[in-house]
Amino acid sequence: MNYTLPSKLKLFAIILMVLGAVGIGAGFLSAPGSTAEVKEMMAAHGDDHGEASTQSHHTAKDSHGDTAHSASHDASDEQKHLEHTLHQLQNRPWSALYVACFFFFMIALGALAFYAVNFAAQAGWSPVLFRVMEAITAYLVPGGIIMFVLLGLSGFHINHLFVWADPEVVAHDVLLQGKAGWLNGTWMLIRAAIFLGGWITYRHFAVKFSRAGDIAKENDYSNFKKTFRISAGFLVFFLYTESMMSWDWIMSFDPHWFSTLFGWYVLAGMMVCAITTIALITIFLKSQGYLEIVNDSHIHDLAKFMFGFSIFWTYLWFSQFMLIWYANIPEEVTYFMTRIEDFNLPFFGMLAMNFVFPLLLLMNSDYKRVNWFVVLTGIVILVGHYIDIFVMVMPGTVGKSWFIGIPEIGSVLFFLGLFILVVFTALTKAPLLLKNNPFMKESKNYHY
Amino acid sequence: MASKVIHAIYNDDDILMHAVKQTRAAHYHIEEVYTPFPVHGLDKVMGLEPTRIAITSFMYGIVGLCVAITMMNFIMIEDWPQDIGGKPSFSYIENMPAFVPIMFEMTVFFAAHLMVITFYMRSKLWPFKKAENPDVRTTDDHFLMAVDTAHHDIDKMSKFLQDTGAVEISIVESDDDH
Repeated sequence: MNYTLPSKLKLFAIILMVLGAVGIGAGFLSAPGSTAEVKEMMAAHGDDHGEASTQSHHTAKDSHGDTAHSASHDASDEQKHLEHTLHQLQNRPWSALYVACFFFFMIALGALAFYAVNFAAQAGWSPVLFRVMEAITAYLVPGGIIMFVLLGLSGFHINHLFVWADPEVVAHDVLLQGKAGWLNGTWMLIRAAIFLGGWITYRHFAVKFSRAGDIAKENDYSNFKKTFRISAGFLVFFLYTESMMSWDWIMSFDPHWFSTLFGWYVLAGMMVCAITTIALITIFLKSQGYLEIVNDSHIHDLAKFMFGFSIFWTYLWFSQFMLIWYANIPEEVTYFMTRIEDFNLPFFGMLAMNFVFPLLLLMNSDYKRVNWFVVLTGIVILVGHYIDIFVMVMPGTVGKSWFIGIPEIGSVLFFLGLFILVVFTALTKAPLLLKNNPFMKESKNYHY
Repeated sequence: MASKVIHAIYNDDDILMHAVKQTRAAHYHIEEVYTPFPVHGLDKVMGLEPTRIAITSFMYGIVGLCVAITMMNFIMIEDWPQDIGGKPSFSYIENMPAFVPIMFEMTVFFAAHLMVITFYMRSKLWPFKKAENPDVRTTDDHFLMAVDTAHHDIDKMSKFLQDTGAVEISIVESDDDH
């Protein structure tokens, strides 16, 4: 059966994109252009944290009698602080855009990896969901192009997202000079092109073979075999490139710091989000009367994966945290210091959303079959993992000046709209059940 | 009162599953089914109540978590305060990350072991217990369904069970109360 895109859904997606674009625009327009504006903003917001402390500082110094010295000293300090805040506030709309762009891109990428895993493992339960997965991976192309453009703008220092892209900073930083061979705009973009090219190529051929299977003769499994082969190859390529991608695109926001399991950590978050999205879209399609062959057991399995990968994500989060916390080495521990001090609520809040919530809600076997339970948990997981990406990126770009406001929400709405539009348009391109997959019968009869 | 029980032996789990369904549909009472390995879905077909062992496991896990917290608090904080990772805070909550692996392990340890012990007790299993299965072949490659004859016609029942695919039918006096 073919899916037809309801005009309401299309309208909804376009409204989201327009609202999001307005939010993004407002974010860029309201970013301050000079330190004077930052000063005004701080005064207007009554957010006189810095001001008040400098003033009390003044009076205290005054009473000590070395007015002239402290005044000039404080003035330059204040100027530095204002410039710092200015850069952070100018980074904010860019970072918001970057986080949202990466978040939705990673869902498509995770779905692609999950699709390949199912082929390589010759999974018998999932073929009825393959068309949903293929549709989600359709976002890889537009999402990847936007991601590439953003990386280009950041890597060549059009915006200030990557400190390592700023030649002035690198000139005074021995560590960054040492890493310049890897962390430079050109080489990063070449890598990004290789990663994206490889992923999109696999996606292109996998979908091509899947479509070819629809029109092939009955019981002609040659297309399945082709996808099986390229899936195995793709997974090897993917695990290397995903790791490097996470260093380049996320970890390099804090270029002094590094963690050897960062790639795994990003992968775990990516997989949870992708599987959650597959579950949500499947449940949505079922509620619209499509995919009638998908039963509670398929949803149960997806929910098991959501539960399992949530625990896996927490395991990696904790492994990274505990070793660094225990060893307490200054250059390592600074990563978590900034997050606990400046991002306390999102940092620990996302831990509750990504671990405690799915743990308690999805632990019971029966609850994994209750669709609204899966939807509820899924939405919390997706929001939680957005915040996870937020907390990975923001400390390195906007620091203390973070806030979830119009630029952030606008960016999320824009990419959500684009994601819905692309994914659901892709769903209409082919029948919702593929043909000539040797495991199709098993999947249709799948019963827990 | 010793009633008669029919032992129907099968040599395939799919045939057994169908036989169980048919027997129940014919309103005969199945006393027990003996299989050499766990047959997926057999409990549902037999109409057994869902197991409650998962709930006990959850509760044992919480007990284990509490034991770990109390234990580590006593050992590392109260009885002999330790400087953990160069952070001599002597507070449980501030040293908590170091205790998480122990908390996790104890949760798993308690949940797993106590669940197994509960299972043994509930199934009335203990060391040196005499095996209850009526035919040794059910530990190898045969499946046995014990059906209570009650007030039914034994010949008719035997014929019925033969038709469900049983390779062997025997009628035995039920001598115990299991």
